[in-house]
Amino acid sequence: MSQRNFLVALAICVLFIPPSAALQAQSQAGAKSTRQANKKQPTAMHNQQQHENEGERIFKQNCSRCHTAPEGFSPNISGTIVRHMRVRASLSQHDAQELLRFFNP
Amino acid sequence: MQVAIVAAMPNPNMSLSLFKMARSARSAIFALAIICAAQYGHAQDTPLISGGVAFLHNTNGGNTSYQPIIEPLIAAPLGDHFLIESRAALLENFAPKGNGQSGYDHTHFAGLTYLQADYLALPHLTIVGGSFLLPFNTYNDRLSPVWISNFQDGPLIAALGTMSSGTGVGGMLRGSAISRRKYSVDYATWFSARSGNEQFNSKRSTGVRTSLYLPDSRLEIGLSYDRLLQGSGENFYGAHVWWEPKNTAFRLRSEFARGHHAQGYWIEADYRTQAFGGLNSWIGRFEPLFRMQQTFRRDTIVSDGLPLVNTQRADFGLDYNLPHNTRILTSYSRQFSSSGNTNIWETGIAYRFLFPAWKGKSQ
Repeated sequence: MSQRNFLVALAICVLFIPPSAALQAQSQAGAKSTRQANKKQPTAMHNQQQHENEGERIFKQNCSRCHTAPEGFSPNISGTIVRHMRVRASLSQHDAQELLRFFNP
Repeated sequence: MQVAIVAAMPNPNMSLSLFKMARSARSAIFALAIICAAQYGHAQDTPLISGGVAFLHNTNGGNTSYQPIIEPLIAAPLGDHFLIESRAALLENFAPKGNGQSGYDHTHFAGLTYLQADYLALPHLTIVGGSFLLPFNTYNDRLSPVWISNFQDGPLIAALGTMSSGTGVGGMLRGSAISRRKYSVDYATWFSARSGNEQFNSKRSTGVRTSLYLPDSRLEIGLSYDRLLQGSGENFYGAHVWWEPKNTAFRLRSEFARGHHAQGYWIEADYRTQAFGGLNSWIGRFEPLFRMQQTFRRDTIVSDGLPLVNTQRADFGLDYNLPHNTRILTSYSRQFSSSGNTNIWETGIAYRFLFPAWKGKSQ
């Protein structure tokens, strides 16, 4: 399952599981799934936030060093921009991947 | 740099221009054919067309010229590891006729600035082949595009270490040697063959550049070296320091270059205030600039494109960053030398474009 699908599934769980758990307050299993969902949510959000911060840091430190950022562009060319920047700004593969995640969260 | 090189070119006759344009067209068609033949695996990897279009005005020592210019850039990924990229320059130069005559003289130029294939071989290594911008110091391969440079004119020392044409034909290895949170080191090393081709003119040469970047202090320090491997066999040495204090829109850039017959430096500072509603407020869009540069001749042999006598120049600029990737560039420069002092007034407007070559797949 892709990360995006996983996050959508997680969001659905977060939205619907707590009310279900409240209705079944006596249910041990319901309480357990709620605890798991709540536990996973901050972790996933934290990871996504971390990737965004890392990508933003790479963007600011490498791309913005030479030029101002363009005022938006089509997502269809985000991969091409990153590959171009990888060559021009001598980015490592890891930095290029983080930059692509930043462009396509 | 590109503008400086083409502005210094002799006036071509019509048949030569048509010949050059035909060659440019053939090169462009070849590049497009490669792009069209490619299969794209990812929706984000649609080829892009970027670049800048500008209208520039320059009055140097009383001589005025007008220059519309377009610098298109195309980048097309092939598979997971290749990228084909090319930049061209098309310009027309208009200057009022002298001797009391009315009307304008004009010259034009169209040519490829570079055309290279990049192979992303390893996480820290990219192999480049074709015609590429020489990575000596920073101006030539990082700041020369018309949509990036703060001043219309390149620095006086831009010709040092860039082998006249600014490009090499051959191969280059480049990439990030180390990338950590606290520091990163990048490198570029290249070899160029001699080429007399109209579009891909180059000299036999080799060189290396390496830079250390410290993210916490936003400081970049780099060293360059290259050697001309034909004719006089000259060595060129370069160093650059860039500093951009964190959470400010202040940038300080500088370069030093030393050749066999001349040397020089430039220091450029620019600033945008965030104090009155951020960078996108009408005040925050103003960008005052200052550049100081000096060149020194080491002997009387002139082979490097620098002024014939020691020269000092101060450039004062005020750019305005309009919405939609448009910039107004204005500057006044005073140049001092034993051959005479001159005033240089420059204004211009530049627009940067960036869009997919075609609609591409939806994600």
